[in-house]
Amino acid sequence: MSEATAPKAVEAPLTFLDDRLGSTTFFKRNMKKVFPDHWSFMLGEIALYSFIILLLTGTFLTLWFKPSMGEVVYNGSYTHLRGVTMSEAYASTLHISFDVRGGLLMRQIHHWAAVLFMAAILAHMLRVFFTGAYRKPRELNWLIGIGMFTLGMLEGLFGYSLPDDLLSGTGLRITQGVAESIPVVGTYLYMFLFGGEFPGQDIVPRLYMLHILLIPGLLLGMVTAHMMIMWVQKHTAMPVKNQTEHQVYGYPFYPVFMAKTGAYFLFTFGVLALLGAFAQINPIWLFGPYDPGAISSGSQPDWYMGPLEGALRIMPNWEITALGHTLSLNVLIPALVPLGIIFGGAAAWPWVEAWVTGDRRHHHVNTRPRNAPVRTATGMAAVAFYGLLWLAGANDILADKFHISLFATTWFFRVMVFVGPFLAFIITKRICLGLQRKDADVIGHGVESGVIMMSPEGKFSERHEPARDEEKQVILSKENARLQPPARDARGIPAPGAKGPLGHLRARLNRAWTFDDIPVEEHGHGEQEEIEGGRTSQEISH
Amino acid sequence: MKRITAWRRRPWAGYAVVLAALVAIGVVYAGFSPRTDRAEAQSTAQAAEDLKNGQKLFDKNCASCHGLNAQGTKDAQGNAIAPSLIGVGAASVDFQVSTGRMPAANPGAQVPRKTPIPTFNTSIKTDYEEKDKREAAEKQKAQAEKNLADLRAYIASLGGGPEVPPASAVDPAKGNVALGGKLFRTNCAQCHSFTGQGGALTGGKYAPPLSKSDVTPTQMYEAMLTGPQAMPVFNDTTLTPQDKQAIISYLVKTREEPNPGGNSLGRIGPVTEGLAGWLVGIGLLVLAAMWITAKKPKKLKKS
Repeated sequence: MSEATAPKAVEAPLTFLDDRLGSTTFFKRNMKKVFPDHWSFMLGEIALYSFIILLLTGTFLTLWFKPSMGEVVYNGSYTHLRGVTMSEAYASTLHISFDVRGGLLMRQIHHWAAVLFMAAILAHMLRVFFTGAYRKPRELNWLIGIGMFTLGMLEGLFGYSLPDDLLSGTGLRITQGVAESIPVVGTYLYMFLFGGEFPGQDIVPRLYMLHILLIPGLLLGMVTAHMMIMWVQKHTAMPVKNQTEHQVYGYPFYPVFMAKTGAYFLFTFGVLALLGAFAQINPIWLFGPYDPGAISSGSQPDWYMGPLEGALRIMPNWEITALGHTLSLNVLIPALVPLGIIFGGAAAWPWVEAWVTGDRRHHHVNTRPRNAPVRTATGMAAVAFYGLLWLAGANDILADKFHISLFATTWFFRVMVFVGPFLAFIITKRICLGLQRKDADVIGHGVESGVIMMSPEGKFSERHEPARDEEKQVILSKENARLQPPARDARGIPAPGAKGPLGHLRARLNRAWTFDDIPVEEHGHGEQEEIEGGRTSQEISH
Repeated sequence: MKRITAWRRRPWAGYAVVLAALVAIGVVYAGFSPRTDRAEAQSTAQAAEDLKNGQKLFDKNCASCHGLNAQGTKDAQGNAIAPSLIGVGAASVDFQVSTGRMPAANPGAQVPRKTPIPTFNTSIKTDYEEKDKREAAEKQKAQAEKNLADLRAYIASLGGGPEVPPASAVDPAKGNVALGGKLFRTNCAQCHSFTGQGGALTGGKYAPPLSKSDVTPTQMYEAMLTGPQAMPVFNDTTLTPQDKQAIISYLVKTREEPNPGGNSLGRIGPVTEGLAGWLVGIGLLVLAAMWITAKKPKKLKKS
């Protein structure tokens, strides 16, 4: 903890608050709370600040938006649509875009903020996953994060459906199809959601209430919980010098971190304002009002729905008709399975990992991705799976812009969505192990100095120097795999925890997790080489 | 008189009178309308010559695939290589040749738009500073226009078909843009995308972009009328000439319209928006985060 104390101007109001709110010294103590410093720790803040900007710009938009499917004839400033019959929702969005001062800028900032909000959450989740920051005691915050991403997807879908333009109407049509594909209750669910036949009069007002009240409220609650838990548990830190499992090494909240995070809010706001001012997003006037009889090629959802779109696009047309009922696997599978695997897998992962490794300790220092090759490789497999589905969602744009046959892209993604994750797993694991070997080399032999020496016998060799202390600290943060007891000892008696099929599975997974680990230790010269050699031959047999 | 009376008894007298009358009528007629007659003869000769030029151009540029009599050709398996051009009409020729699609360079899923071959390129640059260069270019352009017209006339002469629309029928200024937008979204957007940016179709085919200014209103009209390649035909009962003009008006006015929200990102919707959000948005903010966290406060500097 730092010794910094706040100046009087800050101290006095805090004392005032502490005295009156009975918070004793909460504020004063926490002014000095130390935060570790690393650029990737700021990714989550992009989401937080985008969320604040979303709330503010969204409030602005509600002042003019009319959530109504009532039909009007447009007579506003956008001449190309004058005389066209459209819903009030669409007409009021045109009004915001062309007739309200600053309306278009606000709309665009709101939409860009939504894009960045989701992108930042995903980037933040990847950082947390690859550094192992979700491990005990932070599993709950990991779950809250997954919950926020899922809710964010719904929030985004409902939000961009509100203007009732041709693009978003197509999205709603797909939403209807997905609801209908749910076995047994599908039709009832869809009728309940839309209040009758598609599109009906009710859907926009309903989505509006969900979009501006329920989901933002839930998100706000989850953001608060996420931040409070983070504050109490302390932020994880990178394995740098002076950082230990017991003490956070960094800068105090006041004044350093407060200045940084304040500046970062301004950066986020600035980037969003830049995008909002100079990059056109969701030009609904070009899409035209929704008409169930019309559709456009190149109809894609916003990026975070892309993997769902991609799954739907590459899914073969499978349907089962039995007893007079149709089970639409062609919609049901893409809607539930891919993201089910990703989110379900992500949610279960902290416990699965703890079960496999048997590691139930508290962790406050992050792992370097290379030091947990199986985790990193699994993460990259998920990235490949998600990324390929995401690209598949844009297959017609890819086919058109890169002059590839549309069918060829569909078949490419159908195959790659299964092959890609395995390739990503193998390649990532090899890279991780290679980096581990390099680390072992740096510790065992030192760093190449570039100085060539000639021995009296005329033998040339390069002088290796020991690594710098900071570097060593980072490299030696690796926890070498501990030797596990063999699944069966010499007399054929299974080890404790390896009994039964589950125990057997655990033992096998544990072995897969650790068997090719390369120990990084400070050793004598020869010994290190020997270990390295032994390990390499074992790997090739893998 | 006696001699005449004597002649009229001769056997050839009747023929001679008829011949004399014919000559007289002919001379009188020729005296009254000498110019018309000569002009007609001349224009017939010119038309024949133009048709001949059209046929010559056809033989040189088209016949290798479409056959010497424009009857179309088939390969050994009986699959069509090139369709018959009898009855396709002048509009079809004008569309295919002026967009450079025909003569096709090589067969494929779809023949792409390209710069027309010099013989038919009516949109070459003519605004040269140098007089002789300009004149040469203008002459070449006039020749290309004549060539195209001759080719059209030749194909039309083989079996009629849709005519090239008059300029008044394709003028974007006269169309109803709001109606055009509705018709475009209902009939065209499913392949050509919301604002005519184009899109992919099955089997390696594609709907070409209509958003560049080299796609002329006449070409749009002809495409609707004749349904080239993968495109369906929208005849005058499906889309009336007014409807076609409205669609042209929507396309031209929309592509000329500026983007009030900033850079258009290609006007293809959320794909480029997502790309920009990740690359520009997250990219800039990651750079900012690196910069902020790399800065160590002086007072607290420890490492």
